[in-house]
Amino acid sequence: MPAAVEFRSVSRHFGPASAPIKAVDGVDLTIAEGAFFAMLGPSGSGKTTCLRLISGFESPTAGEICIFGQNVSNTPPHLRNVNTVFQDYALFPHMNVRDNVAYGLMVKGMGRAQRYAKAEEMLALVHLDAYGSRKPGQLSGGQRQRVALARALVNEPKVLLLDEPLGALDLKLREAMQDELKSLQQRLGITFVFVTHDQHEALSMADSLAVFNDGKIAQIGTPAEIYAQPKTRFVADFVGSSNVLPPALTQSLGGPAKWSSLRPETLHIDPAGALSGIVTSLRYLGSGHRVAITTQGQDIAAILPSGTALPEPGQEIRLGFPPEALHVMVDP
Amino acid sequence: MTAILPAKSIADRLTTLFWRKPKLLLALLITPPLLWLGVIYLGSLAALLLQSFYSIDEFSGMVVREFTLKTYGELLRPQNYDIILRTLTMSAAVTIGSVILAFPIAYYAARYAKGRWKAVFYLGIMLPLWSSYLVKVYAWKLILAKEGILTWAVTQTHTNFLLDAALALPGIGGNSLSTSYIGMFLVFTYVWLPFMILPMQAALERVPTSMLEASQDLGATSSQTFRTVIVPLALPGIIAGSIFTFSLTMGDYIIPQIVGNSANFIGMAVYQLQGTAGNTPLAAAFAVIPIVIMLIYLSLAKRAGAFDAL
Ligand SMILES: Nc1ncnc2c1ncn2[C@@H]1O[C@H](COP(=O)(O)OP(=O)(O)OP(=O)(O)O)[C@@H](O)[C@H]1O
Ligand SMILES: [Mg+2]
Repeated sequence: MPAAVEFRSVSRHFGPASAPIKAVDGVDLTIAEGAFFAMLGPSGSGKTTCLRLISGFESPTAGEICIFGQNVSNTPPHLRNVNTVFQDYALFPHMNVRDNVAYGLMVKGMGRAQRYAKAEEMLALVHLDAYGSRKPGQLSGGQRQRVALARALVNEPKVLLLDEPLGALDLKLREAMQDELKSLQQRLGITFVFVTHDQHEALSMADSLAVFNDGKIAQIGTPAEIYAQPKTRFVADFVGSSNVLPPALTQSLGGPAKWSSLRPETLHIDPAGALSGIVTSLRYLGSGHRVAITTQGQDIAAILPSGTALPEPGQEIRLGFPPEALHVMVDP
Repeated sequence: MTAILPAKSIADRLTTLFWRKPKLLLALLITPPLLWLGVIYLGSLAALLLQSFYSIDEFSGMVVREFTLKTYGELLRPQNYDIILRTLTMSAAVTIGSVILAFPIAYYAARYAKGRWKAVFYLGIMLPLWSSYLVKVYAWKLILAKEGILTWAVTQTHTNFLLDAALALPGIGGNSLSTSYIGMFLVFTYVWLPFMILPMQAALERVPTSMLEASQDLGATSSQTFRTVIVPLALPGIIAGSIFTFSLTMGDYIIPQIVGNSANFIGMAVYQLQGTAGNTPLAAAFAVIPIVIMLIYLSLAKRAGAFDAL
């Protein structure tokens, strides 16, 4: 079975060939059918451009893109069985919600009664049954987001692209929508490609994810792999609140002379521990405490479960960790 | 340290006053334009309306200041009714012609022109407006005249048959372009085109690119996107432009005098009636027609949902 989306050394450069802006640069990527795939990366790292390459609004300057095994280089956006939920939702302001949702069916020539029935079905799926006659301007941000989702899903796409769809929502609504999106995806079995720059969102929702940096993929894998075994310093920095240790410190902890990462929750107070330092801050997290110490000019954070006897700021303490917790990174 | 700095000058006191009473500043700012609009503009409009309900004494030629609908009745006389119909048809044709010509230009300017090309576009649209209207109309008369540049050009390119075919059209053809309705249509369309392009371009510029991409993404072809997204969203701008071209054509009295077969138009009729004929009431009644037509047009447009995208 072919992959839902496949990139073969795809590049998209903008500007003059002498000094190109490498928005996407030599990306290889395989997204399995039915997967919830997240693209994570800082602003300007090429996530949106990747999505636009899949939807057809950009063409690669090198490499090729296959959707379900078919090379789509010469296929215009409206002939690709791919739909997008735009970052600003892009709902048509002059149509009501029902017409917005039925739009894709209308342009394919489906009759009015049939397409309205399908639109209502979709609106029910996103819990907006009663809103069909409203104009987009009369909806809240979360409701618009769901209309945009229904409008894309009604076409029964093989791949659904979502560009930071939750970016404009407040925290509570965001979490509710995360759950809703995830369960919708599992129920419908559609391949989701989800762009975000929120690492928690990516880790909690995706089956697999790609971390972008400067138009290249820094690492691709399952959330657990990316979180526990970051390949590069960039990934460790960006994905987790992991401690990133320089080669010298890694060596002094018994590792090789390479960069390594050490997750805060693996650290505990231990009088015989390998790490010693001065406590610089102490923060209450609800489920525990976050203690920051400084050692060899490096800040290290530890998360201590509640119930632990807490040190005072300024005090010198020792921290220990199980040997397998020290993750040595392959790349510099 | 004091919490409040002392008011140093009259300016400080004034800004404090305006800060405490923001409505005062607003009132000061909008009173002059409101007076202008209310008294001079709307007032004269009311006077005009009033005049149209007077009539003229046929023997003495004096205006009878008594309320009557007689003057409006006169509009229905065949020769007056013809003027109205002729003006309306010309205005509609000029408006449609302008929409068709303006759309591609406005679309290009709104979607593709960037930086320097945008400046070139604005200059190209505005430049003709800076030269005298009369100069432009007379220039067109020369272009369209029987011995004019256009005739020369079609002779040189051996396309006389096209011009002859156009001139042979019944009703709108004529001896030469400068003495035909076709010529008048061309000149009207030329002089009012900027008034269609600019609002149209402004409306198109407000349509976000993501809206067009969403339409394509949902499977619409370019022509479907054009019909179901671009046109409805640009409609307020098209309506605004058509208000200009329509009302400007309806009120114009110079172009029909210089170009065309000297058939009468509303503007010319008003000019003659209130000037030489001294029939101010009938002139006023004629002048009310464009206003009524525009009101009908706008309410129809509103009912058709032209302003839904606003
Ligand atoms: N049409 C374009 N012309 C020139 N440069 C572009 C164009 N589109 C994108 N870029 C550049 O390509 C790079 C990647 O852009 P992209 O929009 O893919 O980033 P992103 O990862 O989606 O960022 P964000 O999280 O801010 O949305 C940026 O440096 C951007 O300036
Ligand atoms: Mg983006």
